[in-house]
Amino acid sequence: MREIQAGDVTNTVARLFEHSCHYLPPDVIIALKQAREKEKSPVCRDVLGRILENVEIAGKEQIPLCQDTGAAVVMLELGQEVHITNGDLYTAVNEGVRLGYDNGYLRKSIVNQPCFARVNTTDNTPAMIHTDIVPGGRLKISILPKGGGSENCSRLTVLTPAKGRQGVIDFVVDLVDEVGSNPCPPVIIGVGIGGTTDKAMFIAKKVLLRKVGEPSPDPEVADLEREILERVNNLGIGAMGYGGTVTALAVHVETFPCHIASMPVAVNMQCWCARREEAIL
Amino acid sequence: MYKKFTLPLTDEVLKDLKAGDNLLLTGVIYTARDAAHKRMVEALDHGKSLPFDIKGATIYYMSPTPARPGRIIGSAGPTTSGRMDAYAPRLIAEGLKGMIGKGSRSKAVKDAMVKHKAVYLGAIGGAGAIMSKSIKGVEIIAYEELGAGAISRLEVENFPVTVVNDIYGGDLYEEGKAKYQVKAS
Ligand code: SF4
Repeated sequence: MREIQAGDVTNTVARLFEHSCHYLPPDVIIALKQAREKEKSPVCRDVLGRILENVEIAGKEQIPLCQDTGAAVVMLELGQEVHITNGDLYTAVNEGVRLGYDNGYLRKSIVNQPCFARVNTTDNTPAMIHTDIVPGGRLKISILPKGGGSENCSRLTVLTPAKGRQGVIDFVVDLVDEVGSNPCPPVIIGVGIGGTTDKAMFIAKKVLLRKVGEPSPDPEVADLEREILERVNNLGIGAMGYGGTVTALAVHVETFPCHIASMPVAVNMQCWCARREEAIL
Repeated sequence: MYKKFTLPLTDEVLKDLKAGDNLLLTGVIYTARDAAHKRMVEALDHGKSLPFDIKGATIYYMSPTPARPGRIIGSAGPTTSGRMDAYAPRLIAEGLKGMIGKGSRSKAVKDAMVKHKAVYLGAIGGAGAIMSKSIKGVEIIAYEELGAGAISRLEVENFPVTVVNDIYGGDLYEEGKAKYQVKAS
């Protein structure tokens, strides 16, 4: 048995959110720089240049990268040997969100009730928490401050299995085409195929934790990622939708076994401001 | 590449703006997002006046992060404009000349821009730190209870925007895309 203090969970979650809203992961910065080199449109090259300048200012002057510091998505991998002491796990995570959004001067964007009063909870809680129980004695905490603009462009469908690989490609490409400039392109596209509908949505989001530019270890899936990326970039949407050759930085696909009658396909859209962090306790 | 430009927008200067032009704005703009728009349109419906003079005004669709101590504003990039589409034509008819945001507008908004002469300017989504630096003055003038969604009067200096929709029906999203689209062979 391994003991982890609830207070350590709180402090870690707080630190991760505060840090992630000011610094992009290195792989995302590399992808943005490569995009600027590859981009053929001068207008979009200029946009990408400003985006990179923004990344620098954010870190140096401690101004959040984007004013939408998101809903607090927290993905936990909890080792089954772990015992959380001095408090309960989810309360500790929410306390961390409260602390991190307060200390970091981040925007609180959560309302208490989705379709009636919509009153701001003022501390950005509750977090959207997902937990996987895994072997071992560690707790891995991954966080994504998920902005509304790109999250609103996510979508779920259930295709007939006969639509196959091509059906998946068409669904994703048509969606990117339809949402255009709204999700703040260049985007990173998380795609979940299979499972039940809930599972598909979850893996589409979880796959956004993968480093940008790292292909799926499954060659068939990696090939699908490449083809969707090419088709998406052929749309001509470009950075901010001003017309260009880089609409997406990457496509990340995750699959899961599913029912003989189904083929759920989920897309979780991530803007260029792809903030994510992780820590292991 | 960027043209310096002093606000306000008038019918005279709007004639020279074309979709795709890059501008550095200096002058006064007002922030408002969905909730504030809803209230403004309700005020008009009840024959009441608006919190600021809409004639010739430019609205920025934005709600910032809280300012750190010693600063006047936090991160201040645009929000998705489509959520204001339901209200924008009404304000344009009242004399609104400029809207700053990100993402495409509805046909009704585009038609209103051509009919009443107004422009839609794109700011870089997510680049809130840069835009924060070009805001030199902030004053909350209405709907304070909306928190970050209140209406503020901003003084901006060299605030970078790109003309997306001009008064001639030009649309950068459509024109830019058509230029770089690779048709399936
Ligand atoms: S979509 Fe992303 S970059 Fe754009 S405003 Fe929202 S959080 Fe910021």
